[in-house]
Amino acid sequence: MFSIYLMLIFFLLTPLVSPLFKFFKEKANWVLAVFPALFFISMMMMIPTIQYGPKIISLQWVPSIGVNLDFVFDGLSILFALLVSGIGILIFIYAGSYLKNHPLISRFYVFLFIFMASMLGLVLSDNIILLFIFWEATSISSYLLIGFDHENPEARKAALKALLITGLGGLSLMAGLILLGSITGSYTISGMNPVTANSPLYGLTLFLILLGAFTKSAQFPFHFWLPGAMKAPTPVSAYLHSATMVKAGVFLLMRLNPILGGTADWHLWVTLAGTTTMLTGSVLTLGQKDMKGLLASTTIIALGILVTLIGLSTSLAAKAALVFLLVHSLYKGSLFLVVGIIDHETGTRDITKLHSLTWVLPFSAFSAVLAAFSMSGFPPLLGFISKELLYEAKIQAPSAGEIILITGFLANAVNVTVAALIAIKPFLGRKKKISHHIHEVPFSLWLAPFLMAVAGLLFGFFSDSLGRLIISPALAVIHAEPTVVKLKMWHGVNEVFLLSVITVLTGIIFYFLYPQFIRMAGKLSRLRRFSISTIYERFLTGFQKFSYRVTVFLQNGRLRYYLMSVLIAMILLVLLFIFPFSEIEWKLEITDIYFFDLALVVLILIAAALVLFTSSRLTAIVALGIIGYGVALIYALYGAPDLAITQLLIETLIVILFALVIFRLPNFRSFSGKLTRWRDAFIALASGAVVTILTLKAGSLQFHPNISGYFLEKSYREAYGKNVVNVILVDFRALDTLGEITVLTVAAIGVFALLKLKRKQK
Amino acid sequence: METILSLLIGGLFAAGIYSILRRSIVKLVIGLIMLSQSVNLLILTAAGLTRGNPPLLPKEGFVTGQGYADPLPQALVLTAIVISFGVISFTLVLLYRAHQKLGTDDLDKMGESDQ
Repeated sequence: MFSIYLMLIFFLLTPLVSPLFKFFKEKANWVLAVFPALFFISMMMMIPTIQYGPKIISLQWVPSIGVNLDFVFDGLSILFALLVSGIGILIFIYAGSYLKNHPLISRFYVFLFIFMASMLGLVLSDNIILLFIFWEATSISSYLLIGFDHENPEARKAALKALLITGLGGLSLMAGLILLGSITGSYTISGMNPVTANSPLYGLTLFLILLGAFTKSAQFPFHFWLPGAMKAPTPVSAYLHSATMVKAGVFLLMRLNPILGGTADWHLWVTLAGTTTMLTGSVLTLGQKDMKGLLASTTIIALGILVTLIGLSTSLAAKAALVFLLVHSLYKGSLFLVVGIIDHETGTRDITKLHSLTWVLPFSAFSAVLAAFSMSGFPPLLGFISKELLYEAKIQAPSAGEIILITGFLANAVNVTVAALIAIKPFLGRKKKISHHIHEVPFSLWLAPFLMAVAGLLFGFFSDSLGRLIISPALAVIHAEPTVVKLKMWHGVNEVFLLSVITVLTGIIFYFLYPQFIRMAGKLSRLRRFSISTIYERFLTGFQKFSYRVTVFLQNGRLRYYLMSVLIAMILLVLLFIFPFSEIEWKLEITDIYFFDLALVVLILIAAALVLFTSSRLTAIVALGIIGYGVALIYALYGAPDLAITQLLIETLIVILFALVIFRLPNFRSFSGKLTRWRDAFIALASGAVVTILTLKAGSLQFHPNISGYFLEKSYREAYGKNVVNVILVDFRALDTLGEITVLTVAAIGVFALLKLKRKQK
Repeated sequence: METILSLLIGGLFAAGIYSILRRSIVKLVIGLIMLSQSVNLLILTAAGLTRGNPPLLPKEGFVTGQGYADPLPQALVLTAIVISFGVISFTLVLLYRAHQKLGTDDLDKMGESDQ
């Protein structure tokens, strides 16, 4: 319970970040790291509880629509929460030094705080609507983090790319989750029954949810936003790539595996996406020179491996996925932070230019080597166990095992190469060669990568407790049947071990061939025109141009074009809805026509035509008067003497006012050509016809009982008035009349002010 | 009779719209006048017409079955007439002032004077 409040309080704490920086200055990062540390400790304390099954906490939020603050503590959520908060502590400490003296550092911590809290909320949510809200919050806060260096157009572009891709997936996910909620009849994941493939909406739900998860976890063909995300400050890249953001999609797949997983569709699509992503990642990696780029591409590989394992749906694969997830978070975080240190000190991330750094950055070198050993899967690190499990799971894959195994082999070999490139290449070399400008970094910088790398080693030694306390409960969430996980370091010389050895050898061969890869990548760079990223950019530019044209066309600043669009929309919509109403009888009887009325109507219509076509202003005024008085006569004929009187009065006033003003205005002029006039005439006649049809229809429709009887009945008895119209105005609907008086007063003040202004100027 | 009046309403509406679509400011005001006449008639006609027999009660108050004209749309139209008078007079003076200030009676050119 405490931890939930703590997580929610994180959001509320964000306004305090800036004052903290004012108060603690350069030590503020240590103070801020206390918050994730508190959370980390509270999660550690939950570990004994979850051994006996999940714990659910529910707080009411919007119970009427089934959205509550439902949180679940089980193996899976605790594993992720520990990763997010644990690595969060280290990132919080590291970023303080990394961005030292940056003018916007407090803003950075605000974004980071929101991001971490959203990520924690996401992994702890039991309610799918809540999960979606946190999901979107991570997208938005990561947008702010990636674009933190907002003066750099590349960073802005990368941030937008990440937001658009994950935002698109987010929309799809929302639709999928709502479908899932309506199929299962529950909005809490713990309350859901598994959806079988027979359910008619299964395919659609699966597609929408997978799209959401794949965009977030950078699966092919949405992988291209991830390399761009390294434009963020390095601590953010480390955080996004290791424990958070990209793992959200993997988390969702794991979380929903008991509900949606296990079917042939699931197996096919998830494995296919994962394998393709592994392959894409491997191809993209080879030939890069930027250390951050190398790490970013291997993240794509890692995500591919994780998704493939989830798609395999076996208990062994799920176990391998969980262990690999943990291993990857630790070594990837550590390596990213080391690269950050190198970049910070030398100003470059190009592996071909870096050498001899061990002499000045011993702690970073140590962390890098340790993390790289974990990445390539050497004993006695946790990475070794993880890789053994990966191969074991892939060998035992229920179908398409060969393809998965070969792709997995390539991916792992590339991982070994990258590990060697990052951990060996920049650090080897003679002491004399090194520039004097490079110095050892402070404790707060090297601590984070060091601890993460050491954690990878310690987990290797204590793999047994790790498997029992954390991996088993997490596995129980993904696979309903309880299994006790035993993680062992040494399995003896079997085919899996041999595969591992061959992988490392291949990786080392790649390492020595690497200059060739770089040259080849240079030659192939022309192919970049056909990459998905380029297609995305073309589409985006095209879409912007299209929107610009639409805006210029619609928002042209000319009143009458706006009016025309309103009218055309009205005509089309009315016609669309009138025709299905054909059962309503048209009131077309022509028997009750009086000659006098007919003559009056014709007179008014002639006057209206005269107004339109005359070029004399006086004729126009007189014709307008005829229309007004004619209408007044119609009122008088049809039982509305009050209307007739008012109309006569108002019409007289308008004619007088018009006569006063019109001679100060220029003569009627025609500004438009013949074609324009025909077009306008057509729109006018069409809208007139629609109004006529509506009036005819209205006569035969009665949606609600008529309340006029009430007014007629009560007018004398309760309001003591015999003129019912007047009683309505001053009694039944007196507030309307008050409003009317107000409008008139405002208009009068406006008219007065406008005329008065003129006098002053003179 | 509703049929004939519906035609009148449509005719006035079309005339009003055509006028409003012109570029001359005077035509805009004329269009507004015709449009409000048309809509007022529309409200009255749509509720059903009763010839003669205004809703004025005899001395003894309400007597059932008298077939009075519907008083509610009349009350609404009465409000509408007065409001449209307010709108039209304000528009008229506003456009008059705009013409004085900007020296044009072309709505398109008035828009350009903002820039």
